[in-house]
Amino acid sequence: MVSSTQPSIKTKPVLEMQGITKTFHGFTALHDVNLTIYPGEVHALMGENGAGKSTLMKILAGAYIADAGEIRIDGQSVRMTDPGQARDLGIAIIYQELNLAPNLTVAENIFMGSELTKGGTLIDQDGMRRKAAEVLENLDASFDAGDLVSTLSIAEQQQVEIARALKDKSRILVMDEPTAALSDRETEKLFEVVRRLRNEGIAIIYISHRMEEIYALADRVSVIRDGGYIGSLEKSEISAARLVEMMVGRSLKDLYEHKRQTTPGPVVLEVRNLSDGHKVKPANFQLHAGEIVGLAGLVGAGRTELARLIFGADRKASGEIKLEGRRVNIAEPTNAIESGIAYVPEDIKDKRPLNILTPDDAIEAGIAYVPEDRKNLGLFLEMSSGENITLNVLGREAKAGIINSKSLFKIVADAVNNLGIRLASPSIRAMDLSGGNQQKLLLARWLAINPKVLLLDEPTRGVDIGAKSEIYRIISDLAANGVAILMISSELPEIVGMSDRVLVMRAGSLVGEVGGSTGEAITQENIMAYATGAREVAKS
Amino acid sequence: MSQTEVRTTGNRASDRQKASKRQAWRNFIQVAGILPILLVICIVFSLVSPSFLSPGNLINVIRQASINIVLATGMTFVILTGGIDLSVGSILGVTAVVGVLVSLIPGAGLFAVPAALLAGVCLGLLNGALIAYLGLPPFIVTLGSYTALRGVAYLVANGTTVINRNLNFAWIGNNYLGPIPWLVVIALLAVVASWFVLRRTVLGRHIYAVGGNIRAARLTGIKVSQVLLFVYGVSGLLSGLGGIMSASRLYSATGMLGQGYELDAIAAVILGGTSFTGGIGTIWGTLLGALIIALLNNGLTLMNVSFFWQLVVKGLVIIIAVTIDRLRTRSSAA
Repeated sequence: MVSSTQPSIKTKPVLEMQGITKTFHGFTALHDVNLTIYPGEVHALMGENGAGKSTLMKILAGAYIADAGEIRIDGQSVRMTDPGQARDLGIAIIYQELNLAPNLTVAENIFMGSELTKGGTLIDQDGMRRKAAEVLENLDASFDAGDLVSTLSIAEQQQVEIARALKDKSRILVMDEPTAALSDRETEKLFEVVRRLRNEGIAIIYISHRMEEIYALADRVSVIRDGGYIGSLEKSEISAARLVEMMVGRSLKDLYEHKRQTTPGPVVLEVRNLSDGHKVKPANFQLHAGEIVGLAGLVGAGRTELARLIFGADRKASGEIKLEGRRVNIAEPTNAIESGIAYVPEDIKDKRPLNILTPDDAIEAGIAYVPEDRKNLGLFLEMSSGENITLNVLGREAKAGIINSKSLFKIVADAVNNLGIRLASPSIRAMDLSGGNQQKLLLARWLAINPKVLLLDEPTRGVDIGAKSEIYRIISDLAANGVAILMISSELPEIVGMSDRVLVMRAGSLVGEVGGSTGEAITQENIMAYATGAREVAKS
Repeated sequence: MSQTEVRTTGNRASDRQKASKRQAWRNFIQVAGILPILLVICIVFSLVSPSFLSPGNLINVIRQASINIVLATGMTFVILTGGIDLSVGSILGVTAVVGVLVSLIPGAGLFAVPAALLAGVCLGLLNGALIAYLGLPPFIVTLGSYTALRGVAYLVANGTTVINRNLNFAWIGNNYLGPIPWLVVIALLAVVASWFVLRRTVLGRHIYAVGGNIRAARLTGIKVSQVLLFVYGVSGLLSGLGGIMSASRLYSATGMLGQGYELDAIAAVILGGTSFTGGIGTIWGTLLGALIIALLNNGLTLMNVSFFWQLVVKGLVIIIAVTIDRLRTRSSAA
């Protein structure tokens, strides 16, 4: 399709992966994939979830061994068999789930596994701290080598991981979606660090879905799809349309199906002075029937907290909620569900690609570790798909507390049909489904209660672009059927593409509204102006 | 390119079929659990000791297992939520003493069994309330009640053995329903009732949900506290039932009755394939686990193995059985 182009930097490649093939239990995860990386470049690696990016990187890390193909470092053929070897060869990988011990200091984490010693037995704390401080200074870090990791922000913890890689004199640094949990300012800081490392001649393989990051950082981009190598683009050739086409195999003109509503229905939900006393400042807004309202804001602006307050998942300090004009008392989720309010929480998907067949495969690769605070909030992974779908309506369908399998079976069948869930059988465990199907399971569970109000929290996080478009269709259909929808999303194109109206939060307050009757257009610029505070400054 | 597409789609379709088969196999494994290990143990013992497989001996084995089956059944509820109940042996001691003491009160004999069961439920609910409403860790709470209730058992018994030679519920421990001892009937009834609750009721599904993902369960509107209260209540109730069964067999009770029973109950649950982290497990697995422990005790005794060696073998078999189970579920998942 797209031919491999000439390297922009005329030096010898530091890494060549050629003809890499890997199968798991008969499933071809990678087929004849090539990747060439030069020193001092940021090389973006793109592809949908399950395309094989992670598997390729795990082969590079020595966590998996390729069935066929060759890896050359500095032109020398190497056989990577374990992660220690990869490290010795100067390869470091920073996974999305950071591998740090929170109760140890920064220096101890940086030197974990290769502690400096005095005389071979005693830990040389001072030496480690001194060396760590040197590395951190080079990164322009705002924290000390002696600080506990648990006191650092996610962005700072990432810097600790980077410092660890630099301490090992790594020449190839793989970063797997490093900005997923960062705010915009932190992202900018990370970019500075990445650029600095590049200028020092380190090769960076940067895995990301976000187009703007590719524009900002990448010198070259390689795309894989369905385990096959599609091609590479030079910086000058990079365009969103082209990349999407390479990743998806077709162009996506109508990703967002929603037709903007012009005449809102009656008010369904009214929120008045709702506050939890610290993270959410008194909030006032209304949702109309058949309307999709985007809730935008930076990470940490309090969007999830606001949704949880409405749903009764957290205690409110003040305020009231009216449903169809009547005041409802929501003290816990059960009350909300009885009133017809559904909250679909953000579900952190298991990051393993579809082709890893057992959790053990993933654990072996060192990637399945999901810290407690980021565990999935929605699905019951060990339960069957059918059980996941019906969990919210068990009581409604039951007689004297006894489960009515027949009516549940029908609910599952309807959900599978209506939402297009690809399922061989309802008895398949939720954990064995792809991210997109998992997200649909979660939606199905909440749609089963026939909600009047649907609060969606990052409904397409961790879902590939094909499933995304299907989820957008489902959301549009629901709105068309009169459901009032509040959609939290950190992806601005999604907010802009799907919303009839957008509320913007900043530092716990609802600070702005665009679209609807406001006269302000729904654009990324207008939303960001409120989210960052630029708009208020301009007004005052 | 188009070739690649065809290849992968073909693979995905067959992959889905495989997934479906895999699921069926996994479900079978969950139900069958450690049945193969049980059979191997039976075969080995029957070769060494011919009397082992006689109906009389087998019924004897199940009768010996009956109290542990009842305790392990309650323990299954608790462990399914990701908790643990270390106090079952102590609750058994307290309730056995209570049962015998009440039976000794003139005219109140009829209330002996209800009193013991009620005491069991209350003690279990006490555990549950501390765990569900104060958010204390189950291990700590039940470690505390394990110790405290042992003391209570001695206190209630006044440090002696309470005896009732005319125990009005002695039939439970000594009579038969047809050829089957009442102890066995009661144990199996407890298992069947628990199976029904876990598999056929909304509450049962909620128990699995709480154990599988407690935070998601809260957001699904499941009343997590009530579920936790229930499972510890059930564990207490069944410990009380165990107390009745023990006392009825012995016509007496002492403060030390039931010491160490919690470990056998936990071992049976784990042998039965229930996950220690909650959310996965079946009551049938627990039944098999309890039977394996009883078969080992019985078979080793028939073989005249010394008590010390019995302990060693029992411990090793538990570790080996769980290892095999882990290896097998891993390969079946692949």
